Amino acid sequence: MAAERKSKLSKNLLRMKFMQRGLDSETKKQLEEEEKKIISEEHWYLDLPELKEKESFIIEEQSFLLCEDLLYGRMSFRGFNPEVEKLMLHMNAKHKAEEVEDETVELDVSDEEMARRYETLVGTIGKKFARKRDHANYEEDENGDIQPIKAKKMFLKPQD
Amino acid sequence: MAEGVSVVAESLAGGGARVARSVLGQVVLPGEELLLPEQEDAEGPGGAGERPLSLNAGACSRVRVICGPGLRRCGDRLLVTKCGRLRHKEPGGGGGGGGGVYWVDSQQKRYVPVKGDHVIGIVTAKSGDIFKVDVGGSEPASLSYLSFEGATKRNRPNVQVGDLIYGQFVVANKDMEPEMVCIDSCGRANGMGVIGQDGLLFKVTLGLIRKLLAPDCEIIQEVGKLYPLEIVFGMNGRIWVKAKTIQQTLILANILEACEHMTSDQRKQIFSRLAES
Repeated sequence: MAAERKSKLSKNLLRMKFMQRGLDSETKKQLEEEEKKIISEEHWYLDLPELKEKESFIIEEQSFLLCEDLLYGRMSFRGFNPEVEKLMLHMNAKHKAEEVEDETVELDVSDEEMARRYETLVGTIGKKFARKRDHANYEEDENGDIQPIKAKKMFLKPQD
Repeated sequence: MAEGVSVVAESLAGGGARVARSVLGQVVLPGEELLLPEQEDAEGPGGAGERPLSLNAGACSRVRVICGPGLRRCGDRLLVTKCGRLRHKEPGGGGGGGGGVYWVDSQQKRYVPVKGDHVIGIVTAKSGDIFKVDVGGSEPASLSYLSFEGATKRNRPNVQVGDLIYGQFVVANKDMEPEMVCIDSCGRANGMGVIGQDGLLFKVTLGLIRKLLAPDCEIIQEVGKLYPLEIVFGMNGRIWVKAKTIQQTLILANILEACEHMTSDQRKQIFSRLAES
């Protein structure tokens, strides 16, 4: 009875997703095989003799970079463009590993001027901190001697 | 020069393929065939008669050889496509092949884009998403506005027509339009992008560029001692120089142009004269 009923259902219907659960293994296999056959029949292939290319041991490479260990193409000397000089060091690291750098770099701001500026900077910052501390000390001293801060902030009656 | 001529005559008289190792540093001509060391045993004199040797040769042929510019692979054969001296670099270091690298050191002015080359280009047109960049090749290269460091769809790079671009090729072959980028694989500029204002751009031969970029180039070291300066070398034969004054820039350009055909003594004279002035 059950087998008859199943055979009545069309194949396309059985192939649908929600029908898959109820199918038994045999019909499933059958369907799969049919599907495979259809796919393999529809597959294209070129009617050509098989390519038997031997593994080549010659590799083509049209770049000179590989042949000659060329340096990086951007250069800057004696501090003209510090950014590029940093880049040169980075890019040519493998070549320059052995070389010791003894180039004198000409800078926009000399070391002495830099030191002088920093000196004054240290002074101003020091002053700033000192003032704060002094201020705090001053307040503390006053509080300790006479009154708490709250007393200061009391409402003052305006004079008529 | 006489040396070169005799070598050429010899090779023409010989007719057949020459063994690559034996002509290192000698002049080779387009159309010539070269034999690699692995093929010597099989095809060289006496090789055909002794089969047992070929076993050994078979094991050797696993060695990979890289043929650089000026050479072309044609099946199993190695053909010369440019006129110049044959060079060889032993494996190890930068070379990937176990058999080293062969190439032809030639003298030429015409640039042919090669993938990975750093070049100086001039922006000739701006059309929508891409810039057209003249690099001296047969065709202008294309450069996407997104291939700059930090560029996004909203944040376009400030590139105008006429600007100089230092970039590298990502696509360069005989069938397609070359394509440039100004970032490396990590997305960093690494010095690529628009080259700054002022300066002077001039053209030299491709051979001179390679000579100047060689790691042990004396010319560059001497030039660097003269005065503060910045140089950009493009593998397409373009050099951009900039110094503090126009006079210095011009002197630099003239030195670099002239030093191609100078002996080291002549060069030293000129540099000492410059150092005095």
